[in-house]
Amino acid sequence: MQTQDSWLLPEGIEEVLPGDAAQLEQLRRNLLDVFSAWGYQLVFPPLMDFLDSLLIGTGHDLDLNTFKLTDQVSGRTLGIRADMTPQVARIAGHHMSHSVPTRLCYVGTVLHTLGDELDKDRSPVQIGAELYGYDGLEGDFEIIQLMLEMLAMSGIEQIHLDLGHVGIYRALARQAGVTERQEAELFDVLQRKAIPEMDDLLNAFSLHEKDKQTFKALATLHGGLEVFERAETVLKGYDDSVQQALADLKAIAEKLSKIYPALPINFDLAELRGYYYHTGIVFAALVPGLGKEIARGGRYDNIGEAFATARSATGFSADLKRLARQSVNSRDMSDTIVFAPYCDDEALRIKIRGLRAEGVTVIQQLPGQKGDAKSMGCTALLAQENQNWIVKALD
Amino acid sequence: MLTIAVSKGRIYEDALPLLEEAGITPIDDPKKSRKLILKTTRDDVELVIIRATDVPTFVEYGAADMGIAGKDVLLEHGSDNLYEPLDLGIAGCRLMTAAPVDAPEISGRVRVATKYVKTAQRYFADRGIQADIIKLYGSMELAPLVGLADYIVDLVDTGNTLKANGLEPRDLIINITSRLVINKAAMKMKHQAIQALLDQFETTLANR
Repeated sequence: MQTQDSWLLPEGIEEVLPGDAAQLEQLRRNLLDVFSAWGYQLVFPPLMDFLDSLLIGTGHDLDLNTFKLTDQVSGRTLGIRADMTPQVARIAGHHMSHSVPTRLCYVGTVLHTLGDELDKDRSPVQIGAELYGYDGLEGDFEIIQLMLEMLAMSGIEQIHLDLGHVGIYRALARQAGVTERQEAELFDVLQRKAIPEMDDLLNAFSLHEKDKQTFKALATLHGGLEVFERAETVLKGYDDSVQQALADLKAIAEKLSKIYPALPINFDLAELRGYYYHTGIVFAALVPGLGKEIARGGRYDNIGEAFATARSATGFSADLKRLARQSVNSRDMSDTIVFAPYCDDEALRIKIRGLRAEGVTVIQQLPGQKGDAKSMGCTALLAQENQNWIVKALD
Repeated sequence: MLTIAVSKGRIYEDALPLLEEAGITPIDDPKKSRKLILKTTRDDVELVIIRATDVPTFVEYGAADMGIAGKDVLLEHGSDNLYEPLDLGIAGCRLMTAAPVDAPEISGRVRVATKYVKTAQRYFADRGIQADIIKLYGSMELAPLVGLADYIVDLVDTGNTLKANGLEPRDLIINITSRLVINKAAMKMKHQAIQALLDQFETTLANR
């Protein structure tokens, strides 16, 4: 049965129309060229996969966000990818040599059951790059630089970088001896920096007074470089992993400020974005006028464990469509589009073929068609002069 | 420029003295003016006047950098995309269940009329009670009288409206005050300006 509004799309699903599509595709090619120039090899993970492998090492949120269906062949549940990172991690763990670091990049549509809280989009185009098999700080440094490079190439200006380290909260929670349930409750409050609720919550836990104070202070440990001074006081007396995390964060910030002296960097020690799978430094790029991050990433060293091929990993991803929307690059409108009249002439055919081979767009008239060269948006015309076909500009 | 979203009515009235201490006084009076964006005595701060339930939405989208919203609204909005770092201690009241004076204790399923659909659902579920929630936009007290619901969940201030309609407050769900909410991206990008304002509010509150 044909419904009247059969043109209507499902919520959060969109079509990309000419113009926007050309811009998106151009951006996609440019970014893949950048990744390739840095040695990141392109992979195409499958659109659909066994649900178990799609969700490996990830949190409950991704499970909710994944469309599911039953495989008639195996009887198992399949999922349509909602995040390509675990798939790429599997490729890196299973198919690539472990004797050298692996650099992979990817781009493709993912589907989300729940739309983005802000722009309601349920079919973002995820683009990203991941570095496997290197657990040093230089790896995080390279990945952050590549993300900044991607944003610069996309024409995104006024970028702010947000840096955090999930290892700090993880280690504090372990050393304070909070239970799994308490950790989740505390996580929820920290995510909202809801300091008023913190008191009630911490009083309900039987923790040392010092640990309570530390958790409370953690929610306020955000801002510029001055954060480190306060953090060193607050986190004094906790084990090496905490001190190491703090030192790593500081070191990477110093490295970044050296090459990007104008880049504003914000530190947030309670930023627990992607807490369930991240293990180290996490980062995000923000731009004014957008209520959430435009690109984000971080270290996730444990994700391959379930594939029995754990490799240290760090990477970032972004939504290509959001990048294109935020871009200040004006769309390239200078291209000439040549109109060729309908005419059964060998010389014309050769001329058109030659122009197209040079990369010029040539639209040939269809006999009896509606509209003329101008109304079709052409900027030039093929005309015959002295037996020769020449391109004449349309005014 | 910092944009602060505030809702009309009690929250606005109670927030004015706090804002004043930070040097923020609106130039127009929202009662007399129809303007929705109010310029203030600080040229780097403006106020947007919106419905209470819209405050978290505006701040979440970054349409306002920060806002003042009741905890009831935040609980119902149920998003972790906002920072709620400060309890302003203003516009206090209680979110409670209420029932007709002689109504029996709940056994089995219960019908609840409220505008706090998610909050009520969660509250009853936490107590192992299956509740059918009936969403109403106002005059909740009427629902038990006309047989629409057994219980209501609503804000209680003096309790006079309940009493006048033959209802009594039963259980306290949560004490409500207004919170300062901040857009996550704004907190990171305009850290200095926002932190300064936050500190100012904290000092004012500590001296009260």
